[in-house]
Amino acid sequence: MLLDLAPHAPMYGSIPPPMRVVLRGMGNAVIEIVTETDFTALMIAVRDRQDKTAFAALFQHFAPRVKGFLMKSGTDAALAEDCAQDVMAVLWHKAALYDPARASVATWVFTIARNRRIDVARKARRPEPEELDWGETEPDQADVYEAGQETARLVAAMADLPEKQRALIQRAFYADLSHSEIAAETGLPLGTIKSRIRLALDRLRQNLS
Amino acid sequence: MSIRHHLSDPLLMAYAAGNLPEAFSLVVATHVSMCDGCRAQLAAFEAVGGAVLEGTVLEGDYVAMADGALESLIARLGVPDMAKPLPKRGDFPAPLQDYIGGGLAEVKWRNLGLGVRQAILPTAKGATARLLYIPAGQAVPDHGHRGTELTLVLRGAFRDAADRFGPGDVEVANEDLQHTPVAEAGEACICLAATDAPLRFNALIPRLLQPLFRI
Repeated sequence: MLLDLAPHAPMYGSIPPPMRVVLRGMGNAVIEIVTETDFTALMIAVRDRQDKTAFAALFQHFAPRVKGFLMKSGTDAALAEDCAQDVMAVLWHKAALYDPARASVATWVFTIARNRRIDVARKARRPEPEELDWGETEPDQADVYEAGQETARLVAAMADLPEKQRALIQRAFYADLSHSEIAAETGLPLGTIKSRIRLALDRLRQNLS
Repeated sequence: MSIRHHLSDPLLMAYAAGNLPEAFSLVVATHVSMCDGCRAQLAAFEAVGGAVLEGTVLEGDYVAMADGALESLIARLGVPDMAKPLPKRGDFPAPLQDYIGGGLAEVKWRNLGLGVRQAILPTAKGATARLLYIPAGQAVPDHGHRGTELTLVLRGAFRDAADRFGPGDVEVANEDLQHTPVAEAGEACICLAATDAPLRFNALIPRLLQPLFRI
């Protein structure tokens, strides 16, 4: 097993490079452990200063995840590549809509990727809830901190789930599949799927509290 | 507004994941616009989606972008759109107003008889969304469901065998529920309903009329 301990190459200026540990083991398995990178701060730099260095760092982190996410959802590699680029372009052009008190950057990118998938796969509109009037007040820093931590905490909580429960949650988010289609695909009875997803959600809540 | 009947977790999760038919998404988006509790719950499910995206790397599902992808994207980035959408005010929540193309005055009603009116809203195949207008004290014909029906009250209230449903309340009916919703006296009840299969009316005439009215 090759242990490659290298910082992200800073391609655009001087974003402090997060340490990256890459383990190349069997097959193509690559495990990357990025130490605390403040994605919220990078996103705010994009939003408020159109900082292309910060954008490049966000692209390097999120674009391959979006591409992988879309491929798991059944999109072919070429289309997933294009869509991941589109998602990152939306992140740039709609950065003014990012509110760090309401969602982590990962969650916001997820919602953009999800909407892109609906456009491409179904050619359907996506009705969105009415915007709340949050006013022009500065977001509460405690809320910003909490939202910034939420993804790391959820990833850890998901990793603690039993394999079968974790797999069902992932399937529910990846694929354009109803519970009954998941049942057909996995051979599990529908009731089992619903109760496993419920168990997994209860467990996530416990892990977080 | 005190909402007592909310969206279920499976519905909110499917909406967060982007896996609902458009007509159901419209009901969810409209209810969430009226209900802070479901808005918070939806945000929690979207955060789970964010964790699934982030976690692709742990699952080995992370796929490198093509060489030069970043550079070519940076080269074509334009000027960001700084506008923020303002909260809209209308007769109905904004997502519904978008599908109607305006407020109550713009709804293109069709009579179903006995003062009951409906307007089908344009959504993708797989499920149908409609507005229903039920005069005060009037019943919607007794019907069962083959699939799932979501009914969100916008104005007034109705009662059926299950409970009372007022503004913002949503009833999730499946194949097991045979119900006859009756609008409360005093005010007409206006609902947004979505179905993923044709309703199954028990009286002969309504069933014959189903293809005609697309209900």
